[in-house]
Amino acid sequence: MEPIKQFSGRLAPLPINDIDTDQIIPARYLKVTDKNGLGGACFADWRYEADGTPKPDFALNRPEYQGAAVLVGGHNFGCGSSREHAPWALLGAGFKAVISTYFADIFRNNALKNGLLPVVVDAETHRQLISLAEEDPAAEVTVDLEAQAVILPDGRSVQFPIDAFSRYCLLNGVDQLGFLLGLDEHISAFEEAHPARVRTTAS
Amino acid sequence: MTNNGTPPRTLFEKVWDNHLVRPQTPDTPAVLYIDLHLVHEVTSPQAFTLLRERGLKVRRPDRTLGTMDHSTPTTPRNAEGIIPVLDTLAAAQLDVMRRNCADFGISLYDLGTDKQGIVHVIGPEQGLTQPGMTIVCGDSHTSTHGAFGALAFGIGTSEVGHVLATQCLLQNRPRTMAVRVDGHLRPGVTAKDIILAIIAKIGVGGGTGYVFEYMGEAIRALSMEGRMTICNMSIEGGARAGMVAPDETTFEYVAGRPYAPKGEAWDTAVSAWRQLPTDDGAAFDNEVVLNADELTPMITYGTNPGMGMPINGFVPDPDNMGDVSQRTALDKALRYMDLQPGQKLLGKRVDVVFLGSCTNSRISDLREAARFIKGRRVADGVRMLVVPGSQQVKAQAEAEGLHEIFKAAGAEWREAGCSMCIAMNGDQLQPGQYAVSTSNRNFEGRQGKGGRTFLASPLTAAATAVNGVISDPREMMN
Ligand code: SF4
Repeated sequence: MEPIKQFSGRLAPLPINDIDTDQIIPARYLKVTDKNGLGGACFADWRYEADGTPKPDFALNRPEYQGAAVLVGGHNFGCGSSREHAPWALLGAGFKAVISTYFADIFRNNALKNGLLPVVVDAETHRQLISLAEEDPAAEVTVDLEAQAVILPDGRSVQFPIDAFSRYCLLNGVDQLGFLLGLDEHISAFEEAHPARVRTTAS
Repeated sequence: MTNNGTPPRTLFEKVWDNHLVRPQTPDTPAVLYIDLHLVHEVTSPQAFTLLRERGLKVRRPDRTLGTMDHSTPTTPRNAEGIIPVLDTLAAAQLDVMRRNCADFGISLYDLGTDKQGIVHVIGPEQGLTQPGMTIVCGDSHTSTHGAFGALAFGIGTSEVGHVLATQCLLQNRPRTMAVRVDGHLRPGVTAKDIILAIIAKIGVGGGTGYVFEYMGEAIRALSMEGRMTICNMSIEGGARAGMVAPDETTFEYVAGRPYAPKGEAWDTAVSAWRQLPTDDGAAFDNEVVLNADELTPMITYGTNPGMGMPINGFVPDPDNMGDVSQRTALDKALRYMDLQPGQKLLGKRVDVVFLGSCTNSRISDLREAARFIKGRRVADGVRMLVVPGSQQVKAQAEAEGLHEIFKAAGAEWREAGCSMCIAMNGDQLQPGQYAVSTSNRNFEGRQGKGGRTFLASPLTAAATAVNGVISDPREMMN
């Protein structure tokens, strides 16, 4: 994974509460065995008519939001299904971060493992970012992971929380599996002390 | 203090502590050992690819089990004895699943075999799901298994890879919420109505960051199936896991199942399980209380499971919502559902009734619906699908003659799978159609693009199928 330190980009507003992962990528696109190429399916049912033509009034179809790197969603972004296809689709559609007031737990975990930053801000900042995205689509924000801050066009910097371990992994471009694999001895010791009660291979 | 001198702990804390390979530190999450890893075809292929790329094995195939459920057909074998998978992509995904399980030495309940079924139905049914275990699956409804006093939750595909390779997960400790349901359920009101009422109360984000423990008289009185229905939908309230303390009902359910401990091992297991319930005086981070006496059958009117109300209620008015974002959300939902504020749902025509899914496809759900439907007919113009949760459920139902009751009433009797809960296999709503569904999600397009879902209990589903319009089962129960 590429290290992520900081990046700048334009905002795209999607101020809808409780956006579930079925909307981020509908289930019929999950019949894949790969994680690439899902960008086109991102928000497919909100984005396209039945015949595949883009719905002109959907924010992400509007010309001014093409190439936006930061999606500003409503409260409780990413609820519902655990499908990791959701962050894969958002990344495929060009997003590097999603901003909300809070994220569903599984989505947040999945996003962090793929280098899509779930950025939690307070309700007031969230409102300001939505207005900014709607009124000035050319405005850029900078997301600085090192400083755990979003820097707004007026220079204001807003802190966001992220757990130390995810931050470390993202800044250094290392994945979390490597850390677990390094604990082999601990895991073996645990297994020794806690024999399995069920064995799925014995039937 | 408890009698052995330790500070009082909750059920969750006990299971969590028992599985710590390494505790949480300021720099790293806890490392949690996973007792049972369930794997299905949709969320695992990329994880196996990762293992191959890195030259890794599955650490504990003996703690891993595969099934096929999401993109599988629910139509019977054809004349050549083949189960027709309509879609080449789905067929390819099933083939990849077979190959992955074979290559990595994982037992697979393959399509067309007698143990196949929805992942959250087969675990408990085989006795694999036991109190005190940690159970994960790349599937958010893994919370179902918490009904046994297991810590069970859904994970993403990267984490599926972690568990395959190391049998461990990196987890930050969640907070705990006591969800207490006092009192007694009235006739016609079920476990499904309890959980729909809880979610309507706390909202779809209300449990974010928490593990629920369901407790109280009404929960104790439920069967294991009822408890599973409730724990299943914990995720719909935002909680990754929901748990119920194991008791005699739990032990009775587990006893004698294929993977349940036998003989002396059983006694040892039960005495360990008796230590699991939350100690007196243990603290929760939060609490919600409901009274079962006040509950009625519930139904959803919107596009998330939190948009629910008593079945005889009226669709709320966005103009009465104080918060702008809530008003927008409700307005958007009602437009999608093509419903009016103030409208009653009772009496509304539906096109489809779906009885199935990991929430309500167990034998007790089918029995309950069949008892109701017996001697009645599915209304003209209504399609009713009955999809058992597993092949074992299907066989049991057929042994009891339930399939004949459903078929005589004009319902479709199907093979086991997720079916119209997720509409990946061709079982789906047409755009604009209305369905009463016993599943767990009424998200836009969940049951088919443009389809509109009302979530309800199996009883409400059965009453609606018979009348062709949304109906209160209590009015037909004499
Ligand atoms: S029945 Fe529905 S909710 Fe349950 S596992 Fe299948 S798709 Fe998921």
